[in-house]
Amino acid sequence: MSNSKSVLIIGGTVVNASGEVLADVMIDQGVVQEVGPNISAKYAAENEGGPQRIDATSCVVTSAFVDLHTHLREPGREESETIETGSRAAALGGYGAVVAMPNTEPAQDSVAVVEFVRMQGERAGLVDVVPSACITVNRSGLQLSPFHSLAQNGVTLYTDDGNGVQDPVIMRRAMEYAKELNITLMQHCEVSRLTEGAVMHEGCCSSHLGLPGWPSIAEVLMLQRDLELMRETGAKMHFLHLSTARSVELVRQAKNEGLPVTAEVTPHHFSLTDEKLSGFNTVFKVNPPLRTMEDIEALRIGMQDGTIDAIATDHAPHAAHLKDQDLQAAPPGMLGLQSALGVAMKYSGCSVQRVIELMSWAPARIAGLTARQGNSVAPGNIANLVVFNPTAQWEQSLEQIVSKSQNTPYLGLPLQGQVHCVLRDGKVVVEAGVITK
Amino acid sequence: MKHLLSMDDLSLGEVQQLLSLADEMSEIQKRSQPKVPALRHKTVVSLFFEDSTRTRLSFETAAKRLSADTMTFSATSSSVNKGESLRDTVETLSAMGVDAFVVRHKTAGLPLAMTQWTNAHIVNAGDGAHQHPTQALLDAFTLTRALEMGNSLAGVRIAMVGDIRHSRVARSTVRAFVLLGAKVTLVAPASLLPPSLIYSNAAHTRHEWPVSVSHDLDEVLGDVDVVYLLRMQHERMNAAFISSVDEYALHFGLTAQRLARLPLHFKLMHPGPMNHGVEIGVDPALVPGSLITQQVTNGVSIRMAVLLSLLGPAASSETTKEERDV
Repeated sequence: MSNSKSVLIIGGTVVNASGEVLADVMIDQGVVQEVGPNISAKYAAENEGGPQRIDATSCVVTSAFVDLHTHLREPGREESETIETGSRAAALGGYGAVVAMPNTEPAQDSVAVVEFVRMQGERAGLVDVVPSACITVNRSGLQLSPFHSLAQNGVTLYTDDGNGVQDPVIMRRAMEYAKELNITLMQHCEVSRLTEGAVMHEGCCSSHLGLPGWPSIAEVLMLQRDLELMRETGAKMHFLHLSTARSVELVRQAKNEGLPVTAEVTPHHFSLTDEKLSGFNTVFKVNPPLRTMEDIEALRIGMQDGTIDAIATDHAPHAAHLKDQDLQAAPPGMLGLQSALGVAMKYSGCSVQRVIELMSWAPARIAGLTARQGNSVAPGNIANLVVFNPTAQWEQSLEQIVSKSQNTPYLGLPLQGQVHCVLRDGKVVVEAGVITK
Repeated sequence: MKHLLSMDDLSLGEVQQLLSLADEMSEIQKRSQPKVPALRHKTVVSLFFEDSTRTRLSFETAAKRLSADTMTFSATSSSVNKGESLRDTVETLSAMGVDAFVVRHKTAGLPLAMTQWTNAHIVNAGDGAHQHPTQALLDAFTLTRALEMGNSLAGVRIAMVGDIRHSRVARSTVRAFVLLGAKVTLVAPASLLPPSLIYSNAAHTRHEWPVSVSHDLDEVLGDVDVVYLLRMQHERMNAAFISSVDEYALHFGLTAQRLARLPLHFKLMHPGPMNHGVEIGVDPALVPGSLITQQVTNGVSIRMAVLLSLLGPAASSETTKEERDV
């Protein structure tokens, strides 16, 4: 056959937006060649020069996941993660592409840094690393990023993630540029004046523990402001890691009105509550904070009814010595790439197809990656695929973590849905849950 | 009991035991040589990441009266920022051979985190706005003894006035008072109450505070046996918790006028240090029911009781009172 090794995925359920079918998938030259039941009989066995065979019995075969929200920490915080280690975690999590958040040091506010991140991603060669860029220079909220230069270099997503853009003047101008350049602004909704010193959700737990609270209203107010600015400017916006019931309600209304809005939630916000902080464990400090059961219910309904478009990890590695501090000093954030599918299948209340839509098809569209990602498993499409068992029950252990940091909140919690294989451009990069490259 | 981290960890029985043990400690303190060898060869380190000379000296006095060796590590956040992490500091000191750490830190939960970093006993001497258990115990000790009610406060009506929201004293002392049977009313403007007491949606009902709440000190005063004043910090103005200190004093301070309306038998408490002219507009020395000085004296007895419970021979095995060298 060809010089690049062909791959035959046998016995899985191919899940596309159009429906699902029990079928084998033949891949060659990096592209899906054939999808159909029992086509494997046509091909020679592996030891007779035939394609590499992957047993996908009880597994789903679909397009690889796309994470809209990954902190890879490089450049600047390589002690916590590198683009290489983050890429490994992403591949093991079933991802074909990750959007690199721009809060690096230096920040991704220039063509030079953006290109560096992209190049490091290519070097690692496990997933597509898609750099986003800042809305303001150094995420300071003061001076607009060079949108024209960045857009010319292919950046479509912009965010000051970690900081919300506080100044309505800056945000309004950014939206004017966004409309003009057809780029997407991704807001981290947090009115910072309302969250000074906050380490957890403001509510019963924070009142009891005496910890400064991050009230839900701080998210809701910025979301509401931006929706009004969208209505005025016509800019596209994507809202990062929404965490409150009221936020879901506002996005639902905005969509009904026809505003070009998309929204994501993280696995941790629909699986863990603020009560996790009662042991003062800094692993559970995250921004926005873990909230209440009522919020979780609303996020789940939002995912199910289409109000929420995507599940994004907000994978935020922090070296042990950074988390080994008091709650005030420890940085917010938790790992997510390797556990996202397991959490989504177990806790979202969504069907397999809906989970795939939330983790692959929709985020690929939002990030403008459909040339390579989030496509149906069909002849002619690039074979960026994931094979996963949707019913496998498992628990995460520290030994499984390939990130440079270990701040996962899921140790000891039941998860469901395990990645078996990942193909990138038709090549197997993860096989039987292990990186092969 | 391995550590004393939070009043939430103590049962009524354990609180009562500590109060009774504090009686014995008070007796020791009245001797001409107020010192016993109970904790000889034990090392107690006070690890204060936040200044508090009073609390630190009270603990150190307690340790010395029990013949423990004491060391002080006074760390402002700047010295910790020089490179050594807090965890490194704790591990380094532990390696020198420490039996107990008495810890004060600006952040809630730090004493609990420390239990992962050392085998020594941890006594929480105040963590953020979370807990200050020895204050709660000394308050309970002071009030039960002043009212001559044994180890009970059954039916005693207590108004706690001031910045409940930011107060570790409130979070610990309220628990102690309620555990002993008192009826507590928190008196403060809404902004200075914990958010869960002012926002009444469903998300805020998990941890009930077993108290009543009032925003009107004058209304409450006619109906109480004890007024417990909390310290009002001037910097609360900056985040708009109050309009001004004067405005606060006018409505929530114990003025001479309000004092006159209190019943004769009433008791006055304050954890110190006092802001004269703010939460207290009268000279406490002239208030017949003031227990403020007793609170300080009793602080040493309670801290002796706590250290002895954690470190003394009785802590590891069943021993008699005599064997504890007291």
